[in-house]
Amino acid sequence: MHKTLTPTPLPLMREKEQAADAGPRSVRLLPRILLAPAVLSLLVWMLVPLVMTIYFSLVRYNLMQPGEREFIGLDNIAYFVSDPDFGPAVAHTLQLLCAVIAITVVGGVALALLVNDPFPGRGIVRVLLISPFFVMPTANALLWKHMMMNPIYGVLAQVWQWFGATPVDWLTDHPLFSVIVMVSWQWLPFACLIFITSLQSLDREQLEAARMDGANALQRFRYLTLPHLGRSIAVVVMIEMIFLLSVFAEIFTTTGGGPGNESTNVAFLIFKQALMNFDVGVASAGALFAVVLANIAAAFLIRLIGKNLDK
Amino acid sequence: MNIQATLVLALGLAAGAAQAATEIVVATVNNGHMITMQKLTRHFEQANPDIKLKWVTLEEGVLRQRVTTDIATKGGQFDVMTIGMYEAPIWSKKGWLNEIRTDAAYDVGDLLPAMRSGLSLNGKLYAAPFYGESSMLMYRKDLADKAGVQVPERPTWAQVADLAKKIHNPAAGVYGICLRGKPGWGDNMAFLSTLVNTHGGQWFDMAWKPQIDSAPWHEAVNLYVNLLKNYGPPGSSANSFNEILALFNAGKCGMWIDATIAASFISDPKQSKVAAQVAFAQAPTATTPKGANWLWAWSLAIPAGTQKTDAAQKFVAWATSKEYVRLVAKEEGWGAVPTGTRQSTYAIPEFQQAARFAAAEKLAIDTANPNDSTLPKSPYVGVQFAAIPEFQAIGIAVGQQMSAALAGKTTVDAALKTSQAAAEREMRKAGYYK
Amino acid sequence: MHPRWMLALRTVAAWFFTLLLFFPLGWLALTAFKTELQAIEVPPHWLFTPTLENFVEVQRRSDVLLFAQNSLITSVVSTVLGLMIAAPAAYSMAFFRTRHTRDLLMWMLSTKMMPAVGALVPVYVLAQTAGLLDSLTALIIVFTLSNLPIMVWMLYSSLRDIPGEILEAARMDGATLWTECRHVVMPLALGGLASTGLLCLVLSWNEAFWSLNLSSARSGTLATMIASYSSPEGLFWAKLSAASLVAIAPIVAFGWFSQKQLVQGLTFGAVK
Repeated sequence: MHKTLTPTPLPLMREKEQAADAGPRSVRLLPRILLAPAVLSLLVWMLVPLVMTIYFSLVRYNLMQPGEREFIGLDNIAYFVSDPDFGPAVAHTLQLLCAVIAITVVGGVALALLVNDPFPGRGIVRVLLISPFFVMPTANALLWKHMMMNPIYGVLAQVWQWFGATPVDWLTDHPLFSVIVMVSWQWLPFACLIFITSLQSLDREQLEAARMDGANALQRFRYLTLPHLGRSIAVVVMIEMIFLLSVFAEIFTTTGGGPGNESTNVAFLIFKQALMNFDVGVASAGALFAVVLANIAAAFLIRLIGKNLDK
Repeated sequence: MNIQATLVLALGLAAGAAQAATEIVVATVNNGHMITMQKLTRHFEQANPDIKLKWVTLEEGVLRQRVTTDIATKGGQFDVMTIGMYEAPIWSKKGWLNEIRTDAAYDVGDLLPAMRSGLSLNGKLYAAPFYGESSMLMYRKDLADKAGVQVPERPTWAQVADLAKKIHNPAAGVYGICLRGKPGWGDNMAFLSTLVNTHGGQWFDMAWKPQIDSAPWHEAVNLYVNLLKNYGPPGSSANSFNEILALFNAGKCGMWIDATIAASFISDPKQSKVAAQVAFAQAPTATTPKGANWLWAWSLAIPAGTQKTDAAQKFVAWATSKEYVRLVAKEEGWGAVPTGTRQSTYAIPEFQQAARFAAAEKLAIDTANPNDSTLPKSPYVGVQFAAIPEFQAIGIAVGQQMSAALAGKTTVDAALKTSQAAAEREMRKAGYYK
Repeated sequence: MHPRWMLALRTVAAWFFTLLLFFPLGWLALTAFKTELQAIEVPPHWLFTPTLENFVEVQRRSDVLLFAQNSLITSVVSTVLGLMIAAPAAYSMAFFRTRHTRDLLMWMLSTKMMPAVGALVPVYVLAQTAGLLDSLTALIIVFTLSNLPIMVWMLYSSLRDIPGEILEAARMDGATLWTECRHVVMPLALGGLASTGLLCLVLSWNEAFWSLNLSSARSGTLATMIASYSSPEGLFWAKLSAASLVAIAPIVAFGWFSQKQLVQGLTFGAVK
């Protein structure tokens, strides 16, 4: 009985890749041409708003007073970070990020494995599984707020009462948790779909061979399936990170950032400045801060899962 | 050859005629009265064949953001904007709005004085009121009768609290009183502002210092939190107009203090289970009757940068005219006409019959005065808001704190202190004082 | 062969969790056929006479056809355009890796780090200067560039899923780059291409922030249509449910229909 299982080696491919760096000019030119449209268009898309945002963040610019545009340096960012809600907002942003990623990755892998092998009705199940991703975020938020979570006429309240318990006032007592539930519900199908697709390319013969060698389900999962899923997990985590850091519609529609600041996140703070105060200067400063925060989160996550990307 | 030439000429003329139609874009809220206005587009277009209407309908908060962004950046996307009594004074002072041109047939004197003054600057009208509202007490007469209480036309808060206690019966699924709790300057703060006003408080004193940590505020907010904690429905801190409407229509609220337009919904048997048992009274008062009920008008305004001023003026005049009211009555019934704008509407007997709440509503609007709504003198205009640009951010920050106090996450004292600090911070940044 | 009870257990578990996950959406669909009064009934109605009045109202009140057309055009064009730009880039990064590849991937992702609400005024002013406010062009550009990093990442991942031996075998047989691409990579990458395309189609279809802010009378999409049913004064849940169904019906139908193609097994055994 084998104690360890090694994945199929892919030596030849890697050598070819390293050669791409140092090869004849013609070989090096082609990849650059292939990359050019994407890189150039994204460069323009990134630079122009970024430059404008940096400019706005350094001046006094309130939409309600459009004429005045004096240079005030770091005053805007100082005002943004001295908001008493700033600290909690950052904390909530990170809490939301970690919770939703954890739920969607773990849940997504579990569900993908569950529906991987055939069983009656698998086609329909797969279709139903990815459906929540199609619902628009505002409709999603209203759906959960009124139909599911309302403590008087929501479905969850009815279920609780059916079991004889007093219904939970989700949005009041557990606002951040409620938002996490809503957002996870919407993103779980996304993770599912990616994992399902990735599992399709899992080498069945290898799994069979391992099973016949006596490896149990857990070992097969840990040493064969999980490494194979490594890259798609990395993709899901990074893509979700980008979207989750700027979750806003759900919070705006359901809790309005409250009660107090219990479900405020950085995006909501920026919204308050941009579209409540119409202070474009402070909002731009906030947006730049959000970019910095996102970079830090990305650097951290990449350290955690980055090697999976290179496999 | 001749036929060809004629054809070309005919086509050219037709194309020219089609191009002559001016297209104006109207941005409006998605409330019932505006949807009706949209429904009646064809009447306007028939009367004005050279004007075509295009509509953008959005919910209140989103609409406000959209039109403010557009008008401040001179985007020019809209020819007619629906704005409220909050924007009208601010924008007209900045010169962002065209004056509304009215003729004798329009009868601008017919507009309710409170509405007209709330939307004018230096005697000139800058936004035409489409429908207006105040706030009042709406209660279940059957429950009050059962408790042996006769509600006077102008109750006091002590009386209201007493009635709430008597009719509160959660076992039977009835909550004594339902009030707004969702954070927002137009949500929970609209109600709380009037509560503070009637307890003798104000938002800012004459030196523009926020007064949130003052005695009237403490009194008012404590009353609010205790009332809802003891006699209110669960989940109050997330409830706004629509949530309470659903509760009231299902028979779960004994009393409700909110916009007068709610009266038309709760007394409509098609929507409400308790339509026949609803009665109305003026908003309760405490120390002073000033500012006890709010004043709001959704009005049509024409941004200064639009190219199609003539067409826009024609549309605005049409939608806010006496004839429009009769048109809606003809098409939708007298219960659906926009109210709260013209005195003549209230004089029409069919309307009085169809809308049982009309008298109470008119009384409420007439007694609301945005220029004099607080006991101590205030430097700002507005009953349930202060018409300064900084107010939105302050309102939402305070609203969040009040919602937290209601939810029991913080004490009333702490919430008021935090609100005061937040308000001072904003005012200082805006340069009102150092 | 697995014991039968394992299969039964898996089936029950799969169906249970799926129905749990799908339930809110199913509830939304049910509510669309209720009257407003029924929608807020406590306890909620499970059995009721369905009515089409909400759909009639939506059809009458909103120019559904125009919105649907705009949604279709902006989503499809931006997805196709995006794939055309992203696929070569992903191919290059997957098969011609350098030590900078990971940095490039991270940089592409970082272009999405600015919250949309913070960039609203700059982009609005830009669009207005370019005369592109209320135009489908502006929306297509924004959607394409917003989804480009996602597409690159997902395509990169699915291309890397292709086992090296297959490409090696093709190369040893003397295939040129183009032949290799067309006959070997394309068929294998089709699943990934399809799921990337579908996901980005959905992202564009549901994109509400830029659709709302950059459009007014002419270029509104179904996402902006939904916005006009949300939270007016008065009861609205049944109508909003109906509007939501109308808005997501095309994309859901498309997604369901293309499911088979999406998760078609890549039978490596046969290929080998």
